[in-house]
Amino acid sequence: MITSVIKEKKNSKGMQDKIKQNSIKLESENVGVFYGHKKVLQNVTMRIQANTVTALIGPSGCGKSTYLRLFNRMNDYIDNFRKEGDVIIDGNEIYKKGIEIEELRKTVGMVFQKPNPFPKSIYENVAYGLRIQGINKKSALDEIVEKSIKQAALWDEVKDDLKKNALTLSGGQQQRLCIARTLAVQPSVILMDEPASALDPISTARIEDLIYELKQNYTILIVTHNMQQAGRVSDHTGFFYLGELVEFGDTRQIFTNPKSEKTESYISGRFG
Amino acid sequence: MLKAKEYIIEKGLLLCALITALTTIGIILVLTIEAITFFKEISLVDFLTDTQWTPLYSEKHFGVLPLLAGTFLTTVIAILVALPIGMGIAIYLSEYAPKSFRKTIKPLLELLAAVPTVVYGFFALMVVTPFLQKIIPGLSGFNALSAGIVMGVMIIPFISSMSEDALHAVPKSLREAAYGMGSTRLQTVFKVTIPSASSGITASAILAISRAIGETMIVAIAAGQMPGLTFNPIKPVQTITAYIVQVSSGDVPFGSLEHSTIFATGISLFVLTFILNSISFWVSKKYHRQYE
Ligand SMILES: Nc1ncnc2c1ncn2[C@@H]1O[C@H](COP(=O)(O)OP(=O)(O)O)[C@@H](O)[C@H]1O
Ligand SMILES: [Mg+2]
Repeated sequence: MITSVIKEKKNSKGMQDKIKQNSIKLESENVGVFYGHKKVLQNVTMRIQANTVTALIGPSGCGKSTYLRLFNRMNDYIDNFRKEGDVIIDGNEIYKKGIEIEELRKTVGMVFQKPNPFPKSIYENVAYGLRIQGINKKSALDEIVEKSIKQAALWDEVKDDLKKNALTLSGGQQQRLCIARTLAVQPSVILMDEPASALDPISTARIEDLIYELKQNYTILIVTHNMQQAGRVSDHTGFFYLGELVEFGDTRQIFTNPKSEKTESYISGRFG
Repeated sequence: MLKAKEYIIEKGLLLCALITALTTIGIILVLTIEAITFFKEISLVDFLTDTQWTPLYSEKHFGVLPLLAGTFLTTVIAILVALPIGMGIAIYLSEYAPKSFRKTIKPLLELLAAVPTVVYGFFALMVVTPFLQKIIPGLSGFNALSAGIVMGVMIIPFISSMSEDALHAVPKSLREAAYGMGSTRLQTVFKVTIPSASSGITASAILAISRAIGETMIVAIAAGQMPGLTFNPIKPVQTITAYIVQVSSGDVPFGSLEHSTIFATGISLFVLTFILNSISFWVSKKYHRQYE
C-alpha cells in the first residue's frame, strides 16, 4: 500500500527531473581496490549525473560498500588499503596530494547501514557537524538544526523534545536523525550504505520517500540489497559482481531488459 | 557415582560462596557492634564536629574531621596526579597507539598496581620527599604531598586501564559517523569518543578514588602521624587508615575506649568506600546498557 503511494509520487515528478540537470558529479575511471593482496574491485568506470539517485546492487561481498566508501575516502582507515585509477568529484581527483579529507567529507556526507546517532541530545547530534566547523552561535545553530530535521521529515515527531537523548528514538527515527545530521553540514553528495536494511517496512518507506525528496538538491549514491527498493528510488542502477561493474544504466532498463545474463539472473533472484 | 561427584562439587562451590558472603557480613557485624560501644561513650555529633582527634593523649578529643581531612588531602593529590596521566595514557593507547604496542604496554602498566605498597611508601619517604625538599623549602619530612603523589602513581593503572576499556568499547560506527562529517582525529576523540565513554571513565575515576582512600601503607609511612585539620600539603597529616595502623600496632589496651576508636574510624572508612564503589558500579552499569 505504502509503496504504491510512493511510486505514484515518483512518476508524477519524474519528468521534471529529467530536464533539470545533466552535469557529471561523480566519476570513477578504471578504479581498482586492493586490501593487501586481495583485489576486491577492478576496472570500475562509472559516471554519475548530479541530482540523480544511483543504486548499487549485487550479491554480498561483491564490493558495493568498498566502492561507495571510495567517494568519502572512508576506506583510508583500513590497513593495507590501496586503490588504482581515478575517483573524481566535480572534476577533481580526490586522492591526489593536497586534498583535505575533512573538507571533502563536508561535501560528501554519509549515512550508514545501522543508525549510529551519538549518545547526545537530538539537537546536539544535528549541531555536531556545525560545531566542529567552529559555528557555535545559538541562532545560527537553531536555524540549521530545525531546517535539517525538517528536511529529514522528522521535525513533527521531535520538535518538542530536542533535548532528549537521541538513543531514545526508534530505529527509523534514529536513521532519519542521522540523515538530518548529514544534511546539516550541507554536502552536495550523500552516500547511503543500505540505509534501510535495519528498519521495519514503514520506516523503510519513509526513508525511500525522503530519498526521493532529497534528489532535488543532492546527488545520491545508495547501496541496497533490496531489488524493489532499487527499483523504487533510483534513476540509474549499477550491478556489481565479484568486484566488477557488470552493468550500469537506466534503472528501468536494468530491471526490464538487462544486457547481461548475470544481471538478469541476479535480478530475477536466481543467486545472491 | 558421577551423580555423587557432581553433588559434592556443587555443594562445595556453594560453600565457598557462603563463606565469602558470611565473612563480609561478619566483618560488617563486628565493625558495627564495636562501633556501637564507642558511640555509647562519644556522641555521634562530637565525633563528626569536634575539630581535634587526640584519643591517645591525656586531654582526649574524638573529632574525626582531622583524619578525614588527611584522607581527603592525600586522595585529592593522588587523583590530581593519576587522572590526567591515566587519561592521557588511555587516550593514547585506545586512539593512537598501534595494536601491538597497546597489547604489550597494558600489562606492563598494570604491574604498577602490583608493586607492594610498602615499597611505594619507602619510595615516597626516602626518594620523593628528599627530592621535593630541594624544590620546596619548608617541606616536612613527613608530608601529604609526597604520599599523595606516589599514591597517584600507584592508581594510574586503575584509571588508564578501565578508561581505555571504556574508550575501546565505543562502537566503530560512532567514530565513522564523526569522520564522515569531516571531523579531524582530535575532534573525533574529544567530541565523540570521550563523551561516549564518559560513564566508564567516571566509574574508573571513582574506583581509583576509592582505592586511594583505602590505601594504608604509603600514607602510614610517608604522610606522618599528626592528625590536624589542615589542607596544607607540605605538612604532616594522618589519614583514617594510618591512624588505624598506629593504634593496632601500638600498646593500647584491648577493649578500652581508645581501642574502640579503630572500629569507629573503620566503619567511617567502610561507609565512604562503600558509597563510592556503589556509585561506580551504578555508573558503569548504566554505560554497559547504553550500547546493548
Ligand atoms: N577491512 C577489510 N579488510 C579486508 N578485506 C575486506 C575488508 N572489508 C571488506 N573486505 C572484503 O572486500 C570485499 C568487498 O567487501 P564489501 O565492499 O564490504 O562488499 P559488499 O558491500 O558488496 O557486501 C569482500 O570480499 C570483503 O571480504
Ligand atoms: Mg556492504
